[in-house]
Amino acid sequence: MATRTISYRDAVNEALAQEMERDPSVIVMGEDVAGGVAGDGDDDAWGGVLGVTKGLYPRFPDRVLDTPITESGFIGAAVGAATRGFRPVAELMFVDFIGVCLDQIMNQAAKFRYMFGGKAVTPVTIRAMYGAGLSAAAQHSQALYPVFTHLPGLKVVLPSSPYEVKGLLIQSIRDNDPVIFLEHKAMYDVTGEVPEESYTIPFGEANVVREGDDVTIVAMGWMVSKAVEAAAELAASGIDAEIIDPRTTSPLDLDTILESVEKTGRLVIVDESSPRCNMATDISAQVVSEAFGDLKAPIKMVSPPHVPVPFARSLEDLYIPSPQDIVNAAKTVTDWNG
Amino acid sequence: MTTTDEDTASTANTDLGTDRIQRITMPKWGLSMESGKVTDWFVTEGDELTHGQDICEIDTDKIAGALESTWTGTVRALVVDTMVEVPVGGTIALVADVDVPQEEIDAALAQAREQLASGDIADDSGPRLATVEVNGTSISYAVLEPDGESTGAPVVFVHGYGGDKDSWMFVQEPIASDVDRARATYALDLPGHGSSGKVVGAGTVESLAATLLGFLDALDLSTVHLVGHSMGGAVVTAVAGNPGAAGRVASLTLISPAGYGPEINADYIRGFASAETRRELKPHLLQLFADQSLVQRQLIDDLLKYKRLDGVDKALATLSGDLLDGDRSGIDVTAAQASFAGPTVAVWGAQDRIVPASNAAALDGRASVHLVDGAGHMAHMEKPQEVVAAIREAIGSG
Amino acid sequence: MTQTLDRTDVDEGLTPERLLDAYRTMRSIREFEDRVHDEFATGDIPGFVHLYAGEEASAAGICAHLDPERDTIASTHRGHGHCIAKGVDIKPMMAEIFGRTTGSCRGKGGSMHIADLSKGMLGANGIVGGGPPLICGTALAAKLRGDGGVGVAFFGDGASNQGTTAEAMNLASVWNLPAIFVAENNGYAEATASTWSVSADNIADRAHGFGMPGVIVDGFDFFAVYEVAGEAIRRAREGGGPTLIEVKFTRYYGHFEGDQQTYRPRHEIGNARESLDCLKRFRERVTETGRLTAAQLDEVDAEVAQLIEESVAEAKAAPVPEAADLLTDVYVKY
Repeated sequence: MATRTISYRDAVNEALAQEMERDPSVIVMGEDVAGGVAGDGDDDAWGGVLGVTKGLYPRFPDRVLDTPITESGFIGAAVGAATRGFRPVAELMFVDFIGVCLDQIMNQAAKFRYMFGGKAVTPVTIRAMYGAGLSAAAQHSQALYPVFTHLPGLKVVLPSSPYEVKGLLIQSIRDNDPVIFLEHKAMYDVTGEVPEESYTIPFGEANVVREGDDVTIVAMGWMVSKAVEAAAELAASGIDAEIIDPRTTSPLDLDTILESVEKTGRLVIVDESSPRCNMATDISAQVVSEAFGDLKAPIKMVSPPHVPVPFARSLEDLYIPSPQDIVNAAKTVTDWNG
Repeated sequence: MTTTDEDTASTANTDLGTDRIQRITMPKWGLSMESGKVTDWFVTEGDELTHGQDICEIDTDKIAGALESTWTGTVRALVVDTMVEVPVGGTIALVADVDVPQEEIDAALAQAREQLASGDIADDSGPRLATVEVNGTSISYAVLEPDGESTGAPVVFVHGYGGDKDSWMFVQEPIASDVDRARATYALDLPGHGSSGKVVGAGTVESLAATLLGFLDALDLSTVHLVGHSMGGAVVTAVAGNPGAAGRVASLTLISPAGYGPEINADYIRGFASAETRRELKPHLLQLFADQSLVQRQLIDDLLKYKRLDGVDKALATLSGDLLDGDRSGIDVTAAQASFAGPTVAVWGAQDRIVPASNAAALDGRASVHLVDGAGHMAHMEKPQEVVAAIREAIGSG
Repeated sequence: MTQTLDRTDVDEGLTPERLLDAYRTMRSIREFEDRVHDEFATGDIPGFVHLYAGEEASAAGICAHLDPERDTIASTHRGHGHCIAKGVDIKPMMAEIFGRTTGSCRGKGGSMHIADLSKGMLGANGIVGGGPPLICGTALAAKLRGDGGVGVAFFGDGASNQGTTAEAMNLASVWNLPAIFVAENNGYAEATASTWSVSADNIADRAHGFGMPGVIVDGFDFFAVYEVAGEAIRRAREGGGPTLIEVKFTRYYGHFEGDQQTYRPRHEIGNARESLDCLKRFRERVTETGRLTAAQLDEVDAEVAQLIEESVAEAKAAPVPEAADLLTDVYVKY
C-alpha cells in the first residue's frame, strides 16, 4: 500500500474527511470545529482549537456544525441524531469537560440499547483530547478513560500513533455503538507512516508493538512511545521487553496480554491516568485472576501519583510516567527473587 | 498520490575513490526496507567470490535470506560484524583483486566504517516506483532499469493472491543486473493488491490478464518475458495463450502456478481472506513456507495492514470466488499454456501446501519443470537462486 | 411575549374520526394509568411508576399532529401517556411494566424506560431534563434530511429548571431546529411546588430569553392544546424554528406510586377530577356540538376497558427474562 509520513493531527483530519466523503450520514459538531461560521470573518478560522478539523467545513458546509458552549446540548444532540440514522462525530474539546455532559453519555447513549431491549442503535463517536504534557493544568490535562471503560455500553479507544489514529477513527465512525475516542494532546505533531487509502483497525485487538521474552509491558496512548524508549534502554541492559498496546480499553484484548504473560512471567503496566481504579489496576486484577500461575513476580503499575495534574513544568514532568520509571519497573520485576 | 518518481540506480559496484575496490552493500529487499543485519558470513577475507555465490545471511524485520553475489573478485574485508544493524546501501564488505595494496584496502575500510557510523548513506538502490492507469484502475509498479542500453526484452513479474510486488525482492534485482544482458524488470501490483486500485471488477483470471495486457500496452512493452507466482502464474499463462497477445510473450516462468490442476488449498484461500486478527491469520501464513520461521511478526503485520484497507475484503472475496469451485480449483489455464509457442519453465516447491507440486504433471512434456526441495509455496522467497536460475533458463538469449 | 390561550371553538382538521381517535388515546391513557395504579398497590409491579392520569389532553393534543416516520418525541419518567399518544402498543407497554420478555423493552427497561424508536418515541427517561438535548438531535436529523419532521421534548416543571433544558432551548434556537419544547407544568416537581421553584411567573416567560415564542395553554382542554400545538408544529415544519409551550394542569396521582401527596392541599385533586377533567370536558363538548354521540364514546370506553384487561392478563401470564437475557444487547457488536 502507498504510505507517506504525516502527523497524528493530519491523520485524524484525513479519517474524518475520507469518511465524510464516503458516507453522507457522517456529521461533525463541536465548539469551533470550523470556528468562524457565525461571525463575519473567515468561516474556517480555527478548524478546532488545535486545528484538527481544519478544511472540513469548506468541503462539507452542511455537515460541519459549530456549537455554542453547551456540551449537554450538543453531545445530547449527537446522541439523538445517532438514533435517527446519522453517524455524528461530536468533539468534546477536552475530556475534562465530561463533567458538564456526562449524563448524555452515561445515562442516555450507553444505556439505550440495553434499556430498550436491543432495539436501539446509537452510532455516535465522541472525540476528545486527553492527557498531560502541555502545561494545561488540572482541569485540562486528565486521562479519564477509566471512567468510560467502567460504563457498560461504551467503547473506549486510545490511539497511539498516526497509523493507529486514522484506522481507529474510521473504525469508530463505522462502529454501531457509542465510542469515546481519545486523542492525546501531546501527540498531534508526532509523525508516522500512514496509508493514503481508508482502512480500519478492529477494536479489541491489541497490537504487539515489540516482541520480547523477558518482560511484558502493557502501555496505552502516549505511554506506548515511552515504553518503546524504555525498551531500547532495557535492551542495552540485556532485558528483552515485549510491548503490548491494547488500542481499546473497552473492549479489552486480555488474551494477547495473557499470552504474553505466559511467555515472560513478568508484567509492567504503564497508565497515564490517575492511579486509583485505573486501567493498570483493572488489567492487573484480571491477569492475576486468570494467570496467577504464570507470574514470576508481582505486577508493577507505573502511573502518576494520586494528585491533580500540576501546572509548573517541573512538577508536570514528575507527574507523567517517564521511560526511566518504566525501566525501573521492568528491572524490578525481572530482578525479583521472591 | 502514489507516484514517487525517485530515480534510483542499481547497486553501485564502484566506489569510494578507486575503481579497483568493489563495495558489497546492504541490499534493498522490499520497498519499505530501511536496514538489515548480517546474521552469518559465508565468506571470509581471502575467499574467491564468484557471481551467484552466497555471501552471507541477512535478516531484515520482514524476511531473512541469503545475499547472492553479483560481484567477482577476492573478498578483502568484512566491514561489519554479525548482528549489527546496517542501513540499506551501507557497505558490508569489500571485494578487490589480490594485487590491490593493503593500505588502499585499509583506507577504504576505514572510510566505509566512518560512513556507517555517521549514518550518512544515500538509499539510492532499489527499484523506481510509479503508477499507470489501466482500464480505469491505477496500477502501481516497481521498475529497475539498466544503466545503459537495454539489450534484452523486459521481464514482468506478477505476484499471487494476497501478495504484492515486494514479494519479488530477492529476484528482481539479480535478473536486472544479469551480466549477460541488460534488461528492464517490472513488478506490478494487481488490482486489489499492494498500492494499486482496489476495485477488481469481475475479479477473474481473465480480467486480471486483460489488466496485465493493458499494463504492457500502457508502458509500450511490445515483447516481454512473463514471470508469475500462484494466481499470477495463471494470469501470465492466460496472457501468453491469448491470441490477441500473439508474439508479445517471449517466455513464461511459473512459480507454483494455480490453474494447472484441480487440487488447491481452499481453506488457505478462504482463511486468508476472512482472517481479521494476527491470531487468525498466522496459522494460514505458516502454510506458505517450508521453513515456518520465515513467518515473522512484521510480515504478519504488513499483511494485516493491507487487509484492513478499504475494498480489500471485497477484492479478495471476489477473486476467491473465481479461484475456487467448492474446495477445488475453479480455474484451468492448461489450454492457454498449450497454445503458447514459446518456452515455459516451472519452479515448484516440493513442500508446497497451497498448490501441490503434483499439479506440475500437467506440464509434462510442455515445460521444463524444477521441483525444489526445502521450498513450499513461496520458492521466490525461500529459494530465490533456484527461481533466478529458472527465469534465466526461460529467458535464454531473448 | 407569551400568549395565554383560552379559546374553545377550534375544530379545524378535527374530523369525527380524528376526534374519536383523540378520545380513544385519552381514554386509553386514563384506563392504563388507573389500572397500573391498582396493580401497583398489590405489589406485583417492580420498581417505580409515575402516573400521567389527569394530563391526557397534553399528550393527545400534541401527538395528534405527529406522524410515526418523521416525527419524534422524548418523554420523562412520567412517560406512559406520551408513549400511548405516540402510538406505542399498549400490550407490550403493560408487559414491560410487569418486567416480562414480551415487554416493549423485553423487560430490560421498565416503566421509566419504555421506548419504541420505530415509532419515533425516544423513551421515557429516568433523568430529569434528559430528553431536551436528545430532541435537538432528532430535530437536527429531520432538518438535515429536509423531510419536514419535528421533535417534541416533553418535560416537567422540575426539568424546566435543569441546565440541560436551558441548553437545549438555546441550541434549538441558534440552530433554528424544528423542535417543540413542552413544559408540562402540573404544579409539582416531586414534592416541591412549581410556583416556588420556577423563578419566573410562568415557565413560558423564559421563551423570549431563548429566542423563541412562548405560549401558555390550559392542559385540561384538548382543543386548546391541539390548536396551540398545531400552530407550533406547522411553524417548525416550515422552518420557522422552535416554540416553548407551557401546559398548565395537574396530576391526579402522586409523583410516584406510594407517594402520600401530603404536600398538596386537601381538595386539589378532587376538584380537578370533578370540574376540570379533560375527558369529561371533551365528552361534553363533542356531544353538545353534535360532533360525536355518547354511544360512540361509550363504545370506545368499552373497547379500551377490554384492551386494558387483556393487556394485564397477558402481561401476568408472560415469561420473565432469564439468565441469558442478562448479558445480551449491551452492544450491537462487542
